[in-house]
Amino acid sequence: MSKQQNTLMGWIDDRLPVTQTYEKHMSKYYAPKNFNFWYFFGVLSMMMLANQILTGVWLTMNFVPSAEGAFASVEFIMRDVQWGWLIRYLHSTGATFFFIAVYLHMMRAVLYGSYQKPRELIWIFGMLIYLALMAEAFMGYVLPWGQMSYWGAQVIISLFSVIPFGIGDALTEWIRGDFLISGATLNRFFALHVVAVPLVIVGLVVVHLLALHEVGSNNPDGVDIKKLKDENGKPLDGIPFHPYYTVHDLVGIVVFLMIFCTVLFFFPEGNGFALEYANFEPANGLKTPAHIAPVWYFGSFYAILRAVPDKLFGVMAMGAAIAILFVLPWLDRSPVKSWRYKGWISKIFIVVFGFNFVLLTWLGTQPATATLTSIAQVASVIYFSFFIGMPFYTRMEKTKPVPERVTGGH
Amino acid sequence: MKKIFALIAAVIPAFALASGGDVHLDKHLTDLTDTASLQRGAQTFANYCMGCHATSHARYNRVARDLEIPEKLMMENLVADTDKRFGDLMTIAMTTEDAKQWFGAPPPDLTLVARVRRPDWLYTYLRSFYVDSSRPWGVNNVVFKDVGMPHVLAGLQGVQMRGTAQVAVDFDTLTGQEITEEHHDVLYLAEEGTLSASEYDKLVFDLVNFLTYMAEPIAVERERLGWWVLLFLAIFFVPVYMLNKEFWRDVK
Repeated sequence: MSKQQNTLMGWIDDRLPVTQTYEKHMSKYYAPKNFNFWYFFGVLSMMMLANQILTGVWLTMNFVPSAEGAFASVEFIMRDVQWGWLIRYLHSTGATFFFIAVYLHMMRAVLYGSYQKPRELIWIFGMLIYLALMAEAFMGYVLPWGQMSYWGAQVIISLFSVIPFGIGDALTEWIRGDFLISGATLNRFFALHVVAVPLVIVGLVVVHLLALHEVGSNNPDGVDIKKLKDENGKPLDGIPFHPYYTVHDLVGIVVFLMIFCTVLFFFPEGNGFALEYANFEPANGLKTPAHIAPVWYFGSFYAILRAVPDKLFGVMAMGAAIAILFVLPWLDRSPVKSWRYKGWISKIFIVVFGFNFVLLTWLGTQPATATLTSIAQVASVIYFSFFIGMPFYTRMEKTKPVPERVTGGH
Repeated sequence: MKKIFALIAAVIPAFALASGGDVHLDKHLTDLTDTASLQRGAQTFANYCMGCHATSHARYNRVARDLEIPEKLMMENLVADTDKRFGDLMTIAMTTEDAKQWFGAPPPDLTLVARVRRPDWLYTYLRSFYVDSSRPWGVNNVVFKDVGMPHVLAGLQGVQMRGTAQVAVDFDTLTGQEITEEHHDVLYLAEEGTLSASEYDKLVFDLVNFLTYMAEPIAVERERLGWWVLLFLAIFFVPVYMLNKEFWRDVK
């Protein structure tokens, strides 16, 4: 640590380790030099989190969290608040892009085995963030109090009622704070969405990063860059995060913002995916919509839920689909991390899994016709077999030798 | 009889009602930059719709500003309620209780109807009423079955029937005579209204254009700004890209 004496910074550093922290996490945090496209999505997720928090704060200034006032207050923001429409779209379309970034970030981990030893905790914290994010997004979608807000909440909360022994009904009532979705539900969801869950998410992000910086970043080759160091103890294949990756990430941020802004300014409804058309109609507990669709980012799990004919088993399948992700680090028995050096079974499974997830996501947003349900059933089986088969196919297959140094850097 | 053929020809596309499937919707080529069209739509809306339908999230002064209607003109011609001020929300005097009594269901607020139903649906809906004596108001609708709303624009459009009719599909290139075909389950005009078929279509087009504006008044400004934002990002990309390239030059 280069401590400056007799300066303001030195004075502060004697009392608070600012320079030390900055060096540990930025200027002397050595990241592998061969990060590719997939490595943008961590910082992009963070950017979208910041966007959601900032725009969210401004939205609360005019949002009215009551069954009588919520819908009208959103339209008040859209029409009468200066730049209210932009803040609202940044938040609503932002949610969609947050999930796009998070899903690609998670796919990166799957591709390059970033969850493997010694990064199991990073993955677990990441999964907890994802779980909190789903709760956050679900409750946020209830707030505008449109038809889909209401009926989506009705469907999702009623899932808890399948729990047997009389617990289910009591639990749903406890969550709703009423015998049906009502203003009481809206109020508590507002409190949780605006205060409680964001605090949890931010805390988890901090832990996620601390755990990452403790063991260091993985890379597309899955090579441990700390094995080979130069005479100063710096990894041969590592470069300081700042300035190299700060300027590098900035390029990704600008490109991502261009796509984000294109959707935001020209297709804010995202063709009904970012903002469902039916949600522009105020919530009406007496009028059930013909087709209740979740927002797209829950589509995959909703498709798995509907693929099972029995409601209880459907809910269990959906829960299992999320839960199984948590144990991913222990399912992968491959001696190599990156799919580049895994065998062909893993390679095929990873690619199929990726496209299959997109398919499930789409299926979840569509009405459940007989054909689509059959497809969803096949897709659900593929989803689970990727995980359940992993301990076997990752051990069986012949892997390729992993190089000593990273490849394809700059 | 010949006159009816001609009328039917004008009402093309005759609504082919695929059995069981979704109703075919005519395309509404929304143009929110056509201020004259929006003004005409606002006029039709104020004269024919606002008796029962509010747009209670919108304000008169905002509509006037966006549609370039002077305040005096707006207040004198488009605001029926004399208690209203220029900056008021566009609510109506009819109470929900009365509305329920009169129509079975209260007429919905139309501020966001173009975002819920989409312009194509509205454009087709307002041109798809037909006589059905089994309904309380004597009319039914092709795209909204058993709708509780009377055909308010019938005086303009005329009386439409649903059934089998001779539809002009082409014309003889030699004689110029129409070639007709018998079509089942189509709408045809049995009695003319004060507007011709094409005039009526235009009126509905303007009305739907206005409702689309109403659903998202910022839409035009949003897209205009979008180009500037993208232009900024495109320019900003250049130094960002070069900065990155410069730094990474020494990474081997």
